[in-house]
Amino acid sequence: MPGKLKVKIVAGRHLPVMDRASDLTDAFVEVKFGNTTFKTDVYLKSLNPQWNSEWFKFEVDDEDLQDEPLQITVLDHDTYSANDAIGKVYIDIDPLLYSEAATVISGWFPIYDTIHGIRGEINVVVKVDLFNDLNRFRQSSCGVKFFCTTSIPKCYRAVIIHGFVEELVVNEDPEYQWIDRIRTPRASNEARQRLISLMSGELQRKIGLKVLEMRGNAVVGYLQCFDLEGESGLVVRAIGTACTLDKLSSPAAFLPACNSPSKEMKELPFNEDPNPNTHSSGPSTPLKNQTYSFSPSKSYSRQSSSSDTDLSLTPKTGMGSGSAGKEGGPFKALLRQQTQSALEQREFPFFTLTAFPPGFLVHVGGVVSARSVKLLDRIHNPDEPETRDAWWAEIRQEIKSHAKALGCHAVVGYSESTSICEEVCILSASGTAAVLNPRFLQDGTVEGCLEQRIEENLPAGCGFCHIPYDELNMPFPAHLTYCYNCRKQKVPDVLFTTIDLPTDATVVGKGCLIQARLCRLKKKAQAEANATAISNLLPFMEYEVHTQLMNKLKLKGMNALFGLRIQITVGENMLMGLASATAVYLAALPMPGGIQIAGKTPSDGSYEQHISHMQKKISDTIAKNKELYEINPPEISEEIIGSPIPEPKQRSRLLRSQSESSDEVTELDLSHGKKDAFVLEIDDTDAMEDVHSLLTDVPPPSGFYSCNTEIMPGINNWTSEIQMFTSVRVIRLSSLNLTNQALNKNFNDLCENLLKSLYFKLRSMIPCCLCHVNFTVSLPEDELIQVTVTAVAITFDKNQALQTTKTHIEKSLQRASTDNEELLQFPLELCSDSLPSHPFPPAKEHLESARSNSGIPAAQRDRCSSWIELIKLKAQTIRRGSIKTTVTVEKASPMGEGNFRNRSAPPCANSTVGVVKMTPLSFIPGAKITKYLGIINMFFIRETTSLREEGGVSGFLHAFIAEVFAMVRAHVAALGGNAVVSYIMKQCVFMENPNKNQAQCLINVSGDAVIFVRESELEVISTQQPTANCQQSCAGGEVTT
Amino acid sequence: MTSELDIFVGNTTLIDEEVYRLWLDGYSVSDAVALRVRAGILEQTGATAAVLQSDTMDHYRTFHMLERLLHAPPKLLHQLVFQIPPSRQALLIERYYAFDEAFVREVLGKKLSKGTKKDLDDISAKTGITLKSCRRQFDNFKRVFKVVEEMRGSLADNIQQHFLFSDRLARDYAAIVFFANNRFETAKKKLQYLSFGDFAFCAELMIQNWTLGAVGEAPSKPDSQVDDMDMDLDKEFLQDLKELKVLVADKDLLDLHKSLVCTALRGKLGVFSEMEANFKNLSRGLVNVAAKLTHNKDVRDLFVDLVEKFVEPCRSDHWPLGDVRLFLNQYSVTVHSLDGFRHQALWDRYMDTLRGCLLRLYHD
Repeated sequence: MPGKLKVKIVAGRHLPVMDRASDLTDAFVEVKFGNTTFKTDVYLKSLNPQWNSEWFKFEVDDEDLQDEPLQITVLDHDTYSANDAIGKVYIDIDPLLYSEAATVISGWFPIYDTIHGIRGEINVVVKVDLFNDLNRFRQSSCGVKFFCTTSIPKCYRAVIIHGFVEELVVNEDPEYQWIDRIRTPRASNEARQRLISLMSGELQRKIGLKVLEMRGNAVVGYLQCFDLEGESGLVVRAIGTACTLDKLSSPAAFLPACNSPSKEMKELPFNEDPNPNTHSSGPSTPLKNQTYSFSPSKSYSRQSSSSDTDLSLTPKTGMGSGSAGKEGGPFKALLRQQTQSALEQREFPFFTLTAFPPGFLVHVGGVVSARSVKLLDRIHNPDEPETRDAWWAEIRQEIKSHAKALGCHAVVGYSESTSICEEVCILSASGTAAVLNPRFLQDGTVEGCLEQRIEENLPAGCGFCHIPYDELNMPFPAHLTYCYNCRKQKVPDVLFTTIDLPTDATVVGKGCLIQARLCRLKKKAQAEANATAISNLLPFMEYEVHTQLMNKLKLKGMNALFGLRIQITVGENMLMGLASATAVYLAALPMPGGIQIAGKTPSDGSYEQHISHMQKKISDTIAKNKELYEINPPEISEEIIGSPIPEPKQRSRLLRSQSESSDEVTELDLSHGKKDAFVLEIDDTDAMEDVHSLLTDVPPPSGFYSCNTEIMPGINNWTSEIQMFTSVRVIRLSSLNLTNQALNKNFNDLCENLLKSLYFKLRSMIPCCLCHVNFTVSLPEDELIQVTVTAVAITFDKNQALQTTKTHIEKSLQRASTDNEELLQFPLELCSDSLPSHPFPPAKEHLESARSNSGIPAAQRDRCSSWIELIKLKAQTIRRGSIKTTVTVEKASPMGEGNFRNRSAPPCANSTVGVVKMTPLSFIPGAKITKYLGIINMFFIRETTSLREEGGVSGFLHAFIAEVFAMVRAHVAALGGNAVVSYIMKQCVFMENPNKNQAQCLINVSGDAVIFVRESELEVISTQQPTANCQQSCAGGEVTT
Repeated sequence: MTSELDIFVGNTTLIDEEVYRLWLDGYSVSDAVALRVRAGILEQTGATAAVLQSDTMDHYRTFHMLERLLHAPPKLLHQLVFQIPPSRQALLIERYYAFDEAFVREVLGKKLSKGTKKDLDDISAKTGITLKSCRRQFDNFKRVFKVVEEMRGSLADNIQQHFLFSDRLARDYAAIVFFANNRFETAKKKLQYLSFGDFAFCAELMIQNWTLGAVGEAPSKPDSQVDDMDMDLDKEFLQDLKELKVLVADKDLLDLHKSLVCTALRGKLGVFSEMEANFKNLSRGLVNVAAKLTHNKDVRDLFVDLVEKFVEPCRSDHWPLGDVRLFLNQYSVTVHSLDGFRHQALWDRYMDTLRGCLLRLYHD
């Protein structure tokens, strides 16, 4: 019995009226964990029952603690008939299982019913007493920390980054079981919610075991997904990066305040001190004081797991050591060998991280992706999920070989996804091929000397751009030049990646969101034929998406993409492709050429004129964009760089492949044959459309920026106001003779209008930036397209931002000019240039300064105390309607009533709702994360049979998403947190049947619950005792109402 | 291509004050969009009509969901579904319960019943306020009335506690509830010149001095079962007011009263002769109003009587406000010098309030 779970039911409030006659409710609560159930007394006739129950104690295995959710059901007692359920609360107790996270879960939870939504709240206290269990054969993995954040969490230090962990579990979907025909929708929904909760618990436990085997203590970049395969079952799968993390000791956690997260990163003592023991003064994990020596013989195979993929599929060959020999200098070879030995033993040298400790990422090769079309068949034995495992193993192998072809031995920013329609499933995986510094992959103490060499050899800010592959033996034709920054190494002319912009990268100007959107009609077909049709379409889609991205990138005058995410969605009669990325101008890469338009038939004069007109328009747009995004790269004359290396002008970094169920692998050359990629030939109306569509993308209104990465390149001074939001749109296509063009236009308009609406909605936050813009496309029915967007709007200080970009540019220029003193004139020119070119009209500026002069910092506005709080105080002291208490109190105090009100100001935290921030980013601007409380991973189903009465589909989904947010916030608050970072809505499956007045929606969200402290409050705290006060002050400071 | 579904949900609920106003004013989505277009929002922001339509729909949906909570404002504070900063919550509540002057004048003093609700069509047509907005305002009055009706303690405080209004709004609602409970006539033509503010002012004075709550403040019996409510006038007090009749019924007393007032005011009053001539009429009027308050019907006509018996005679003689004040002060103070009159405390309780009311009511 390694654990005792204790639960206390305190009270309820705002319960629904269950007894029409009395307009009241006789509520009681069932508390269930595993197979044990406790009940509270019935609290008669109240909508605000005070149960104040005893402590219900469950004695359970820690395996169960990890798998099972605590299930709390609120019911209305009925003497004569069956008790009516009011609703349920599922509480994941995982955060209580590791020492550094939350110690108690206590707070108000919304009572949720899958048919009625939130029906009141219940106050619950949960505690766990864990007994130390040293059983070596244990099946549980308590103590392994999970983070959704795809970078090393802010108050930790990575000792070792072990690498890829994956697992999947399958089960039958309760919705498709025979019993579903006879049970109520509510019972069915609850069965599903419970099953998925169980499965994610199991999955997390199994992944934890693998981490323990690898001697890690945490999973970073944990991404868990559901595949609703319908008839054939339910798959829950997860990937992540196993790490050994070390908590930074408290003094380090209270580093001087800094605004930009990038600065923060740099201040963490990653580089200075390779010895982990100096940092070990913080609260220690049991593993921390061991030495991490890796014997190569130690295999990572996971005997315990049911989803092993490494049986025979992995050819454990070296990675072309021949080519390594041809590489630049002896250093490179050394590095390569080191890294290789560290990575070779890994089956999949993949990392789900998108941001890395400085020095981790050595070179970036480019995007690698693989897709595979599969036919779903019934999962016969849920305990042997081999088929699904084999599918993924196959794809991962492919990714690995692509990376190898790019001269890289690792893949970073790795992610996996599926798209399912009926019995066809597209599995996709993508990542960025990279060369990594072995220091973080192995014991950190050994590599001291190498570390120094890296610092000497790799100039900051451009090293990652240098090609990792052998230029004489390139995997594909590419156009190389010497790096525009250090002028020593070769760089490609464009770079596509799936990771965040490295913090030390030198960027010119600002970045922007780029999207490629594409639809392709497909004939309706069954099974095998359908899969074949899809497989045949995929290469064309990828090619076109790639072309669109490239053209749009050129149109912006930029040369690199970060955070690239290509989503291919399959529907009954069409395929949709949506690629999003953040474009930037990397100072190390060459300036992009323009776009040239060439007509096919030069004879016609008017046609000629038309072409030249288009050409002018495009050139104007490029010029305008350069101005808008402040792209003024220093012009470096040819002599300095040396002439470009004579290579065929090809530019593709995207290596992709298709594989069908038959395992046939086809390679596609995306490099446009022998033509120059920037020449757009207009030979038919299709091409015309393409050019037009290029020009229809409207830039965001002034004062707005957008990106899909964590941080907007070129903006540094975030202010504290953030607004996370989810927006969903569904359009119905007119089914009459749809063409690809009409479809494309519809889809394009849908996305553009959605963005425009967002800009309009958030106009009060200007100047601001939409960060982490995440589009998801699904095709719920024949003629329906659904687009879901989650992002966060962050305000920034325009004036300061301008300054810092200036200094940033100056800095980068200084760096660039160290080799050549003649260049010193540029900083001056640039400064005078950048002032008038900032994009805000003067009128707005006035407005802005007026606002900032009014002296209400956003942070304070958040919790400005108003008269409403006074009233609440009063309401607290004076009980309902009776003047008696007041009279006595007033008699006691010699002051008048006015004084009395002011005097009695005890913090009434119990009556207020604490503000919980949510953000898809890993940080909170202007604040410091002081503690990670655990992972939030929640799955909800909502169904209605009175769609019209609930405000139609919009009303239904609006309410549901608001409720999901509320439940996430409530769980975070109960853990003692005040924010969720790395929040993501992984699934939003919406189905409607307006004729039956019905709709159903499934939502899956996750994130990391944290405690943050405002930087302004940080100083106050640090003068006091830091550890004792941090939690207290954030609770007090952020509790507003 | 038609938009089937179009929603935006923020972690912090976005409240657009402008759209909120349009929603409260009862405009439909399309009317609201038209009004926003007319306000020039498209030019300011460069948005399209479709964007505006979607935005307006979205806000309306949010307001609709919030409305249920606004019916019991403490719920808005404690609910978990919408994360709204306190200052915004206050704004939502304050605006939702705000009312139009034109509307409140129509229903002030009327019974807040179904019958009155049926007349809202007419009120809407007469005032130009949309029917929807009239309904909201009427329902607000009724809701507040229902909640505080049976409650003890200060009316304004009770309202403030249960609806989280600002002081100002709580006092206004106290007046509305007080008027509705006592059914004071305010709609007569001769009362049309009076604003809601005038009545609210009088209501506050009356609540302070003439209700059971006013007596209850005396700490004599804090545990008594007496309903110390602010809603009802103190019946005992109203009965006692009959005793004041002696001031006009006893001719000697009346003459003495008059001579004392005249002596004191001679040379200080611009309208002295008019006052002298009218003294007995005015005094009779004021005292008779008091004496009649035993009957419910006469209580309802209080303001009609005050205007008829005092305000109009003075106004027809063009008394300046300063003279009215001097006269009323002297008129009530002098009673203390009348040796034969025994109900000094009663007189003060009546006259202090009445004097305040009359001064407020005395304008064009």
